[in-house]
Amino acid sequence: MILCLVEPGALSLEAVAFAQSLGPVQAFSVDAGGTYAPGVCAAAIVQLVDRHSPEAVVAAASDRGQEAMAHAAARLDLPLAANCVSAQAGEQPGEPWQVVRQRWGGSLLEEATLSGPVKLLTVAPHVVEPAAPVPVEAFSPELTEADLAVRILRREEPPPGTVSLTDARVVVGGGRGVGSAEGFGLLEELATLLGGAVGGSRVVTNLGWRAHADQVGQTGARIAPDLYIACGISGAIQHIVGCKGAKKILAINKDPHAPMLARSDYAVVGDLHEVVAAVIDELRRTARPATGA
Amino acid sequence: MHVAVCIKRVPETGARITLTADAQEIDTSYLGFTISPHEECAVEEALRLVEKHGGTTTAVTLGPPAAAEQLRNAIAMGVQSAVLLETEQSDWDPQATAAALADVLRDGGHDLLLFGNESADSGGYQVGVRVAHALGLPCVTGVKGIEIAEGVAKVRREESGGWEIFEVPLPAVISVKEGINLPRYASLPGRLRAKKTEIVRVEPGWSEGGLRRQRLLVPQEHGSAVEVLGEGPAAAPRVVEVLKELGVA
Ligand SMILES: Cc1cc2nc3c(=O)[nH]c(=O)nc-3n(C[C@H](O)[C@H](O)[C@H](O)COP(=O)(O)OP(=O)(O)OC[C@H]3O[C@@H](n4cnc5c(N)ncnc54)[C@H](O)[C@@H]3O)c2cc1C
Ligand SMILES: Nc1ncnc2c1ncn2[C@@H]1O[C@H](COP(=O)(O)O)[C@@H](O)[C@H]1O
Repeated sequence: MILCLVEPGALSLEAVAFAQSLGPVQAFSVDAGGTYAPGVCAAAIVQLVDRHSPEAVVAAASDRGQEAMAHAAARLDLPLAANCVSAQAGEQPGEPWQVVRQRWGGSLLEEATLSGPVKLLTVAPHVVEPAAPVPVEAFSPELTEADLAVRILRREEPPPGTVSLTDARVVVGGGRGVGSAEGFGLLEELATLLGGAVGGSRVVTNLGWRAHADQVGQTGARIAPDLYIACGISGAIQHIVGCKGAKKILAINKDPHAPMLARSDYAVVGDLHEVVAAVIDELRRTARPATGA
Repeated sequence: MHVAVCIKRVPETGARITLTADAQEIDTSYLGFTISPHEECAVEEALRLVEKHGGTTTAVTLGPPAAAEQLRNAIAMGVQSAVLLETEQSDWDPQATAAALADVLRDGGHDLLLFGNESADSGGYQVGVRVAHALGLPCVTGVKGIEIAEGVAKVRREESGGWEIFEVPLPAVISVKEGINLPRYASLPGRLRAKKTEIVRVEPGWSEGGLRRQRLLVPQEHGSAVEVLGEGPAAAPRVVEVLKELGVA
């Protein structure tokens, strides 16, 4: 039997699907009495492992899934394979499993063996289709004070109306080619016209042209918009892993040989300032006149 | 306060990755090396905390002799001392790495152990948590803000666009993400000091971990050909057509 940790959000249903490919699945969620505490999740996993002796415990490689599994692995002193894209059970129970997992945020894969009496693994996002919803047991573990020592004291919500990078349908990304913080004004304008958000490469956040919250890539946001417009971005693998979830990519770059173009569906070769300005004009020109008051 | 920062030497890969013939490693013949970005921010955070509260900073890495370069980079940024767990072996899985790091950190008298949330290359998302567990310390991961007052670290991390606030008593383990700060550049005096500072070398005790790499693979790239919509501003009408086709304009 495979235990699968389910948290709110679609990623967990991907983890369920992944687990179903390995054997019969028992899905559980952790009831931490209204708060979130990594220690409570770890206690839950440890107690469920003890109770059911599963072959494996699987969770989504979300921030929380990753955290819970790392704590559980440390407590159980078992190996943990993070960000798996596939797994194959051993012939006999207890034998090592063969896994393929992501390195470098997904720009490289690793074939590895995972041993231990119970296999612990997290499932990389968007490598399997989500499963249909399954019954989920809400489990409240027995707790010690230490389990609750680190827990969320409060949350600060984002200001209402903010389009977050990860939810935006269109993301206009800028790289070193934008040239300055001011240069992002044009990209803002285009994003506003398309109801989207502005993102950037690590170079522009490192130069202080944009806040790090806008960074797309391995150490920034993983985005999955309908369209990503990459302006003056060369297309380093660490950037690509952040934007390859986009349904379509349009690259605007003055260098026809920039790797970004080869990773895109559409491209415009030219100076991004001129191209973006012209696109904004054209959008305004062809916009239907506003109706109503 | 005494802060230790765990950093890892990783190749500075660019537009594509090439593997060695045996597919065991990235071919680094033409690559430089760097500290993982999250960890560079951990170094910066250590420096800022000590500038504010007084104390010492130490950088620790487990890696090949050449990893001394990353320790020297950390010293050039302002870190005071450095420890290299020197090993020629490359099969350190997260369990083995954490055990070796915990051994040298155990009696270090540190108030705070900083890690990256995940290493840039292997991305195991666990070494910091395992060290915390081995040392019996509380741990928060994915942190993007630290304030310390009266022996307690108040930390924040991002969650669905909002923030989650935690408090942890020191000593503690905190793993950070890029964005917590903007790391400084090494200063000239820093670089000179980095050359002169002696790096403490320790031979780490290797133990076999349960996650064993067999070989690396470069994933298939998406094959669809790019459609060039035009050159320069003259492409704008075609671009807008495509935006409309895609239903975003
Ligand atoms: C471990 C690690 C993690 C990393 N994480 C990330 C990450 O999360 N996100 C990320 O983005 N990077 C990340 N990087 C950095 C990454 O390797 C690249 O350095 C970075 O993405 C390059 O940014 P860029 O494309 O803006 O700049 P450059 O590579 O300098 O490219 C600039 C591009 O702009 C074009 N250009 C210049 N002027 C114009 C103009 N006027 N009009 C049109 N085009 C123009 C050029 O032709 C070029 O293609 C990471 C690196 C490492 C080692
Ligand atoms: N070889 C190493 N030497 C020093 N610190 C390391 C090493 N490997 C991992 N770490 C630390 O542990 C963090 C998490 O690593 P990982 O579990 O591999 O994702 C990294 O960001 C580093 O801070």
